[in-house]
Amino acid sequence: MKPAEYYQRDRLWQPPQFTPNYKTSVPRSPRQALLSLENTISEITGPVFGHGDIDPIDNDLIKNYAKTGDPIGERIIVHGRVLDENGRPVPNTLVEIWQANAGGRYRHKKDMYLAPIDPNFGGCGRTLTDENGFYFFRTVKPGAYPWRNWVNNWRPAHIHVSVFGASFVQRLITQMYFEGDPLIAKCPIVNSIPDPRAIEQLIAPLDMNAAIPLDSLAYKFDIILRGRRSTLFENRLEGN
Amino acid sequence: MPQPLDYLKETPSQTAGPYVHIGLAPGAAGFDIYARELGWDIAGPEAPGDRIRVEGLVHDGTGAPVKDVLIEVWQADANGIYPHPEDPRAQDVAKGFRGWGRVITDFDTGLWGFDTVKPGPVKGRNGRMQAPHVSLWIVARGINLGLNTRIYFADEEQANAADPVLNLIEQQHRRATLLARREMRDGKPLYRFDIHLQGDNETVFLDI
Repeated sequence: MKPAEYYQRDRLWQPPQFTPNYKTSVPRSPRQALLSLENTISEITGPVFGHGDIDPIDNDLIKNYAKTGDPIGERIIVHGRVLDENGRPVPNTLVEIWQANAGGRYRHKKDMYLAPIDPNFGGCGRTLTDENGFYFFRTVKPGAYPWRNWVNNWRPAHIHVSVFGASFVQRLITQMYFEGDPLIAKCPIVNSIPDPRAIEQLIAPLDMNAAIPLDSLAYKFDIILRGRRSTLFENRLEGN
Repeated sequence: MPQPLDYLKETPSQTAGPYVHIGLAPGAAGFDIYARELGWDIAGPEAPGDRIRVEGLVHDGTGAPVKDVLIEVWQADANGIYPHPEDPRAQDVAKGFRGWGRVITDFDTGLWGFDTVKPGPVKGRNGRMQAPHVSLWIVARGINLGLNTRIYFADEEQANAADPVLNLIEQQHRRATLLARREMRDGKPLYRFDIHLQGDNETVFLDI
């Protein structure tokens, strides 16, 4: 039996495009209905990455831009699995992350926040999941920062996460938040997601079992990509 | 109560935000960290086919260019083969062809562009051929969930007329929003493809 179509994306679980409390979505959200397609080979394929594309140090944000020493901030491990909706691991898939430094400042030519750049922190990392879908990064916990939406909006501490999966339909970018952060509930970007259970899916719990004593705390973040059917009664995906 | 269905739920999306380049194209954010940034070479130097360039702007609902957008492209080679194990012809894909690219804008103008080979037609469902196309995934600040669409080529009139996806678009005049216009620049083919997130010419976006 070979796997066939991917499950339709649950658009009541995902955020809609037009979310006026997140102001930038107002001019950037389509107003017409999407055209729903059945999968073809253009959708069930996607880019393939290997260990030749990245370096082992790329998943260590404490060391991958260190110039004169380690970056300032609370040392953390972020780890978890990439699974599909059937609970199956997604192996060998590229996971990329980016984040602000411990003061809430991004190393980006367009970020003008007054908190300082950390000379030893780049703020990005990448890795491939192993054969069981596991990944991990080492980094410092990012700081909260203000942003222009209403005049007093602050982003909760977060790490941006980009995942490929095995096909173009599984491509996903999201943000990971930290358990216990009171800014999560106040954030218009978080609240673009209508279902509170879906928001909980983005909050990484403190994971003391994965902490390294006298060194680093740890947070666990599992990522779920779209699953696919595998039935005897598949439609004729590839034709003939 | 019936037995529970134990499917997991897809992780909800969040916007890529204005600083997406730090993670996916750090050179554009202004720093050098990775030995190899990914997605800069879609076709490689040796893949046969028509060498083309595609350029365009992404416009917001007010008509302004979206200067912080990031686009990923996915396409077959000139023979319509994807470099992926689920393409039955994958072993014959053009040498060095990745099929995937990451496209960023000029931060001052919003113009984006990429060089590639023109893809060939690929088989669709039930044996119907799909016209040559490039799949796009568009993320930016203000976009809560990556937007999917396709680039078709306006000079492929016959193939486009038979394309099962273009023919699904109910309002016929909207099909043109997926057609890249062929031009010539310095003797080389250039396709122009502007994307409108909203407004009178809103691009047809796909729920794949």
